[in-house]
Order: sequence, then C-alpha cells, then structure tokens
Amino acid sequence: MVNRVVTGAHYGMRDWLIQRITAVVMAAYCLVLAGYLLFVPQTNYDLWTSLFSSQVVRTFSLLFLMSLFYHAWIGIRDIVMDYVKPAAVRLAIHVLVILALLLYTIWSVQILWGM
Amino acid sequence: MKFSIYRYNPDVDAAPYMRDYDLDVEPGDKMLLDAILLLKEQDDSLSIRKSCREGVCGSDAMNINGRNGLACITPLYSLKEPVVLRPLPGLPVIRDLIVDMTQFFKQYHSIKPYLVNNDPPPETERLQSPAQRAHLNGLYECILCGCCTTSCPSFWWNPDKFVGPAGLLQAYRFIADSRDQATAERLDDLEDPYRLFRCHTIMNCVDVCPKELNPTEAIGNIKDLMVKRSV
Repeated sequence: MVNRVVTGAHYGMRDWLIQRITAVVMAAYCLVLAGYLLFVPQTNYDLWTSLFSSQVVRTFSLLFLMSLFYHAWIGIRDIVMDYVKPAAVRLAIHVLVILALLLYTIWSVQILWGM
Repeated sequence: MKFSIYRYNPDVDAAPYMRDYDLDVEPGDKMLLDAILLLKEQDDSLSIRKSCREGVCGSDAMNINGRNGLACITPLYSLKEPVVLRPLPGLPVIRDLIVDMTQFFKQYHSIKPYLVNNDPPPETERLQSPAQRAHLNGLYECILCGCCTTSCPSFWWNPDKFVGPAGLLQAYRFIADSRDQATAERLDDLEDPYRLFRCHTIMNCVDVCPKELNPTEAIGNIKDLMVKRSV
C-alpha cells in the first residue's frame, strides 16, 4: 500500500452534533441531581433507594449514562486519532473502547434495575 | 532596547539558538519591523520576510513575545523587554525568522479559494446586492499571513489533514458568496473528521489575528450550514 495522506471520510458533523446534544442531557441530569442533593440534604439509604426505584429517575439516569458513554466514545476516538497513527492499532483500540462502552451500558441497566 | 532573536542557518548551524541584541532606539511611534531593520544594519545575516511594511501583505508574521503577529503593525512601545522573536510555530524553518509556508498554502488551495460559477459570464459583472456583499465582511479581509493557523494546536498536530483557521475562513468566504454555486460540494469536502472537525474551538486564531477577523465564527457557520443541510 502506498503511504498517502488520506482525508475525506465524509463523517464528523453527526458526531459533533451528538456530542453537543449529549452534553446538554448530562448538564440537565447534573443540575437535577445537584438540586435534589441541595434541597434534600439529609439523605439516607431508604430515601436513596426509593428515589432510584422510581422509573422516571431510572430512565433519566440511564439516559445520562448512555449520553456519557456516547460522548466519551467521540472524545476518546478524537484523542486516539491524534495520538495513535498506525491504522491497525487505532482500529483495535476503537473496537476495545466500543466493546467496553457497550459493556458499561449493559452493566448500567443491571445496576439501575437491580438485576 | 533588548532583543532575543531565534537564529538558525541550516547550512552553518547544527541547531537553532537565541541571539541577544541591544539596539539604541527610542520606541516613539516606531514599529517592531523598523527595529528589526535597524538590527539588520548591525548584523546583515539576520533573515526575515517583509514587503509592504503596513500590515497588508502578511509577509512579516512572526512569534513576538510568545504571540503571533505582524512585526510591521506591532508598536515598539507595546513590547516587554527583552523582545523575544521566533519564527511562526509549527512550520519548518528555512532560516532565522523565515518559515516554509508550503503546508499552509496547500491547505488553503485545498478549499478551492475561487468562485465556482457555471453560468455564462455576463456582459458586465456578476452583481450582488449590498446585503449579499455585506456577508463577505470579516471574511475577505484575510491576508493569509498565517498567524492564526500557526497558533492553532490542532494544526500543529495534523498540519497535513486539518485545513486550519485561515483555510476554513476562506472556505466560508466562498460558501457565503452569493455568486458561488458550489456550496454543496464545499460542504461535502469539509464533512470530514480531520479537515473541519479537528477544530475544537480553542480560539487562538481569534486571539492572534492581526486583522481582527474571527475564523472560529466562520467555522461555526460552516458547521451550522452542515446541520441545516442534514435536518
């Protein structure tokens, strides 16, 4: 294979947009959680379990975590693109990161729904 | 005034070094370029690029006390001593303060910096309304001095793949031109994780531009148009 500078992958806009949208979701979740901790200062195990047994909180938490993982995927891929030049090594790291993030997503569902 | 200037002559020097100069000069209303030319009378081996000496040609861009700028429009009195002069960062040095701009212009040419219009040329000009012309303000003034692109960490890292702020400002200059018919092709060309999306809005470009232009805003406008096109 010749050693050429190749660009023109024709993607980027969607990831850039998703990174912004997931950031908004994460900011909203953090604000809600901070608000809860501020207005319900004396939290205990029972309060905490009842909070996280609500389907709304569980769903919102999962949405937050999935946003975090997708956001992290784009960010980590950008870093790998900057620092890891050999295409084979880069692809291997991409696959590992995707697998790890998918595992985290499944794990998050298990934790949130107490499975 | 005290100066510390980057010197490197690849034919003679094994490595670049900083050389100190002392110049008997009253800052007054003199510009940095005036002082450099006086220093060149002391030491004619000091090499720089210069031409118009009034901030129009963009030849004498250099790193002045850690910040990119044009020597010809930087007042001497505004500089802290010793004045440290280095070549623009991120480009190969040819000699002293002269850098090889090949990569910079390669990226500039890659965005097709000319009007693409397939209509037969009219008898006179291709007319624009004053409102259409106003869209080009803040874009056409770029003199391609390279201060912005060479202050951009994304360009330092991927100079062969990332177009850089100067090139992207010009890309938007032609996208914004009512006479240009290649908006879709231009957006296609920039829809790329490197060419456009290596910009992480660090905004060094806006900080250093000697013409006070805003490449980050232009890049944002290109991204907005891409989003608008796809939703």
